[in-house]
Amino acid sequence: MMKKNAMIDRYRWWEVVLLYLGIALFLFFILAPFIEGFLVSLKPLGLLFSTPYKFIPENGSFRAYVTMWESVPGFARYIFNSFFISTVITLAVLILVVPASYAFARIKFKGAGSLLGGFLAVNMFSGAVLLIPLFRLMRSYGLLNTYWSMIVPGVAFLIPTAIWLLSTYMKRIPRELDEAAYVDGAGHFYILRRVILPLAMPGIIVVAITTFIGAYAQQFIFALTFNSKTEFMPLPIGLFAYFGRQEVIWNELMAASFVGIAPAMILIFALQRYLVAGLTAGAVKQ
Amino acid sequence: MPGQKSAVLFAWILLVPALLYVAAIVAYPLVDTFHLSFTDASLRKTTNWVGWKNYQKIFDTEFAEIIGRTFVWTFLSVSLKMIIGTGGAVLLNAALPGRAVFRILTMPPWIVPMAIGIFMWGWMYNGQFGMISGLLQRFGLSDGPVAFLAYGSTAFWATIITDVWIGVPMVTMYMLAAIQSVPVDLHEAAWTDGASRFYRLRRITLPMIFPAAITMSMISLISTFNSFDIIWILTQGGPSGSTTTMIIDTYSTAIGSKKFGEGAARAVVICLFLSAFAILYFQAVTKLSRRMTT
Repeated sequence: MMKKNAMIDRYRWWEVVLLYLGIALFLFFILAPFIEGFLVSLKPLGLLFSTPYKFIPENGSFRAYVTMWESVPGFARYIFNSFFISTVITLAVLILVVPASYAFARIKFKGAGSLLGGFLAVNMFSGAVLLIPLFRLMRSYGLLNTYWSMIVPGVAFLIPTAIWLLSTYMKRIPRELDEAAYVDGAGHFYILRRVILPLAMPGIIVVAITTFIGAYAQQFIFALTFNSKTEFMPLPIGLFAYFGRQEVIWNELMAASFVGIAPAMILIFALQRYLVAGLTAGAVKQ
Repeated sequence: MPGQKSAVLFAWILLVPALLYVAAIVAYPLVDTFHLSFTDASLRKTTNWVGWKNYQKIFDTEFAEIIGRTFVWTFLSVSLKMIIGTGGAVLLNAALPGRAVFRILTMPPWIVPMAIGIFMWGWMYNGQFGMISGLLQRFGLSDGPVAFLAYGSTAFWATIITDVWIGVPMVTMYMLAAIQSVPVDLHEAAWTDGASRFYRLRRITLPMIFPAAITMSMISLISTFNSFDIIWILTQGGPSGSTTTMIIDTYSTAIGSKKFGEGAARAVVICLFLSAFAILYFQAVTKLSRRMTT
């Protein structure tokens, strides 16, 4: 069997060359903006606008990574805000989603299927469609231009996928465990807390990671629309405001972008095994 | 099982917080959008009922053109995402040294803050200093600098390409999972009969992953239709409306000009299209699952 597999996976030399060429082309498309952005961050500002175009920077240096902390005002604050907002969103999603997923995964009740479908239907609407009533809602509760204006809607749009992921995970825990606890006289809450929660911990961690990334990487529109105070802006919006100015110091903007995505990159490399499982499972919504 | 009744009660107690939250932040606003679409709501304190006026108004403008543009934009973007993403999945499935690293390198557009990836594209599209224009000139494909975001037709394609770039990693990972779930026996049987690698790809892998491809393109269709960040950061719908999709149009009417009523009417039209897509999606999924089980 092993031998057969090895034979079936043997490539002729020209197949290997073609495959690597294809992969190189594919990865170039994926990584080109990062390569270009990185090279720009190394170029001194004077040479940045030189023509003809040069791919490799002359006199490249990491100076922009030092000077940007002064010229992108509030940069450290933006990073803090991004982390703060995403952390609060993740905690709130977990508090709401863990009990709900338990109910969907471990208890049989009428209407469970359509209720789950209802939650998943939220994924259909981007925030953009609901912005007007949300704007009015935020305004009447005085939440505009606060951290809450980004946290409150952020949570709502991350709940559905989190419920889907976690209840799928919890369904895989053998039923005999709760039944045995029942027979021993344990109550519902005791079973949830002492039997299921400890076993579901890996699933909860995956959900926490994907929710955090969703909040950190993908939410833009709420912060753009509901908050105009510089001190509360998350990183993407802070840089967007900077990007929109007349004279953009491009090498520093790119340097700032790289420092801003570093946390996400570190997360990918550290947790990629969980990530692939979590993100692709989240995509299957039937 | 004992305590079935109390278990059901317990289930509802657990569900209530999440249910109330989504009802307040998603369901109520959805209903409110329908309501507002029949009013002249704005930043003023008073709002009046205006009936179908907002709807008549939007169809007086170039709205039909915007709908058409949105569909073309979405169709092109989803098709390219599926083609490039599935191609990437086939390549990354090959048993070659380094494939674990290649798979990780596919993820960044998906994981980094979307806005930051889009800034980098903004620079790439720059005519004077950007990579694309620079390379085109170096290889003699263009006489002078090409400012991609300054002209309607190139800006239209530029926003599509960036949207494809952000969407491809998810398609690749999903299709890769689908390819890996194709039973190995099928390949081995065909291989024993002397089928070539390309023949097996065409006759085994691609038909087997077809259901997953349909599911993925429907999911992709809905998210692409809702795409906002890319166009807003790169062009804000310009130049002269050439990248204005329905979402962008709704946003600039509602939030830019603060015409809540007219914006809501546009949002309702978007909701109708999205519901149609959702019905299509569920029909496709049930049909496919029936075909797979019988």
